[in-house]
Amino acid sequence: MTRPTEPHATPAPPHDERGPREQSGEPATAAGPSRSDGPQHARRDSPEREAAKQQARKAVAGIGFYTFISLLLAFFALPLLWLATAPFDSSPGLSVSVPDFTLQNFQVMWDNPYALRSIGNSIILAGGTGLLVVVFAALASYALSRVRLPGRDMLLYVLLLLSSIVTGTAAMVPLFNLATELKLIDSQLGVILILTGGLLPSAIFILKDFMDGTPQSYEESARVFGASPLQIVRHIVVPIVRPGLATIAVWSVAQVWGNFLIPFLLLRSPEKSPAAVVMYTFYTEGGQANLALISTFSLLYSVPVILMFLFVSSRYGFRFHGGIKR
Amino acid sequence: MAAITMGQLTKVYPGGVRALNEIDLTVEDGEFFALLGPSGCGKTTLLRTIAGLEESSGGSIRIGENDVTSTPPGRRDVAMVFQDYALFPHMTVTDNIAYPLKIKKVAGRERTVKAAETAAELGLSDYLERRPGQLSGGQQQRVALARAMACHPKVFLFDEPLSNLDARMRLEARTFLKRLQRELGVTTVFVTHDQAEALALADRIAVMEGGKIRQLGTPSEVFRRPANTFVASFIGSTPMNLLDGVVRAQGVEVGDQLLPVPVGLGDHLVEGEKVVYGIRPEYLGHAPAAVPGSLGGEVRVVENLGSAQLVTLEGSAGFVQLVVNEDTPVAIGDHGYAVPRQDRVLLYRDGDLITGGADPSGLSADAPSLAKGPA
Repeated sequence: MTRPTEPHATPAPPHDERGPREQSGEPATAAGPSRSDGPQHARRDSPEREAAKQQARKAVAGIGFYTFISLLLAFFALPLLWLATAPFDSSPGLSVSVPDFTLQNFQVMWDNPYALRSIGNSIILAGGTGLLVVVFAALASYALSRVRLPGRDMLLYVLLLLSSIVTGTAAMVPLFNLATELKLIDSQLGVILILTGGLLPSAIFILKDFMDGTPQSYEESARVFGASPLQIVRHIVVPIVRPGLATIAVWSVAQVWGNFLIPFLLLRSPEKSPAAVVMYTFYTEGGQANLALISTFSLLYSVPVILMFLFVSSRYGFRFHGGIKR
Repeated sequence: MAAITMGQLTKVYPGGVRALNEIDLTVEDGEFFALLGPSGCGKTTLLRTIAGLEESSGGSIRIGENDVTSTPPGRRDVAMVFQDYALFPHMTVTDNIAYPLKIKKVAGRERTVKAAETAAELGLSDYLERRPGQLSGGQQQRVALARAMACHPKVFLFDEPLSNLDARMRLEARTFLKRLQRELGVTTVFVTHDQAEALALADRIAVMEGGKIRQLGTPSEVFRRPANTFVASFIGSTPMNLLDGVVRAQGVEVGDQLLPVPVGLGDHLVEGEKVVYGIRPEYLGHAPAAVPGSLGGEVRVVENLGSAQLVTLEGSAGFVQLVVNEDTPVAIGDHGYAVPRQDRVLLYRDGDLITGGADPSGLSADAPSLAKGPA
């Protein structure tokens, strides 16, 4: 590649030839003045041709890759696109189309007796569960992280395993019986308690990692200064694991927000049902899915969760605080 | 201001590990006291037991007039600086320093003022709004010190205060710590595994091994007259030569050489008994030709220490190390002779120092330069 630096050391003709060939990428034999010269040139130029070929191959591969990614994205973006257009369409269908713009659908939703109230119910259920999960998971994971219990890790794994069963379909009948016995049928408190129980093990499991990552010397230092255990938790531990708490809060709210089965089974009155259950009841008089209402409601349904994500990530950040080297 | 008195202090961990074995120790009021020993010797446990972070299994601790054996750490009126400084990462420097005052329910304004004052004393005024993560190691250490000072405790406890700093900072911080302790006059106990740090900082040192104190004394006592071979081999940047010898009528036979018995010990030795002949490399002079009462050998290793050289000789007594002047010409393969400085020779029987009735070392005399041999 040092070729042009010594013009008098190499003869002029090959010098001239190489220039255009380099730009056009032509084969060396076609440009060579004679047969005998050709192979020699070809051999000398082959690294460049190789490079050009490789570049071309790379470009093709790149185009293919991005086409594939675009198709994949489009596949997953379509439903979202539908969610963006359908609520503003006067006659929404199941396909994405340029909407015949109207706000009439929102008026219909506004007039529906259950739609707005169900969002409120969802907020109560998700907020209540989120609060309970964060408080109990924080206390439990702190204790589990600091106290040496025989079989502690085993306990955690068993809890984690069971949790997927507790909120799962398999335990629905006993849970229903339990709720009946405790007079918690058709009670939002009952739903909150059962969902909390189901989410707690995973939350404890995740939070314990955050707690373990907090050096004990922080707490010992505060203890020597005379801080009480509760003060240590409030002043030192909670602020340090705050990103973990935020993660748990967002995660549990999102879990409850999307949960259909448990509120559907345990709540009888439609005026107590959360959005995920109420959406299921949106039919037209003809027994068809009321797409206008469903699409509009879906949009409204997703807004609080998105707002929560934005708020929490800007306020607390889903990251670990600086200062701790791990 | 208070002395710390420990009586029969014992700590047994669950599982039967005896970390402290009936420690009797008094740290005087205002003293800068070092707990020195290899890892696992119990020094950190002792410090944490004084702080109250570990509960003792037996014995008592008094700080000043008060028996604090079963007092929780917060009411012992001690302040501890941890090895990693344990600064709260989510608080600013001001909040960190003011935290002990916050616990003591000092009003917010007063807290900030006091924190700023303490920070100013330690040259931290420009960093008040920073978080610990934005400070250098040396600054973090000073914040930790300021936090400990802010609550005016009776006792400071430092856990390996210098080990998290790089080598250059460490020397600076060492001088700074010593000056600060002098100025404050607060009883201070610190833990270290670095003998040089203990010698440089402390008024007195307790050398620990296996949960027991092996020697208690001033730095020069511990350095010049180690009470046993453990302390002898632990103290000193170049380890002491400990050579097997046998007592003869005319002296101590080490290898094929007969070396004179230290002054005043003649009456305490029995002919034919086995002793360990101890001499620091710094107290061995170098002679190029044989001298009566010297240890000869071939030069195996020469290590440059800057202003001196550490020479390892291999002779009939085994390996002998000596420190020679930087100008002394020594080359590998040469024959060299190590001449002991008579008043620095120590003899050990069964690992313990053999002492004559009177103390012949003259510890009160001003210390000679240790880096140079008596050549």
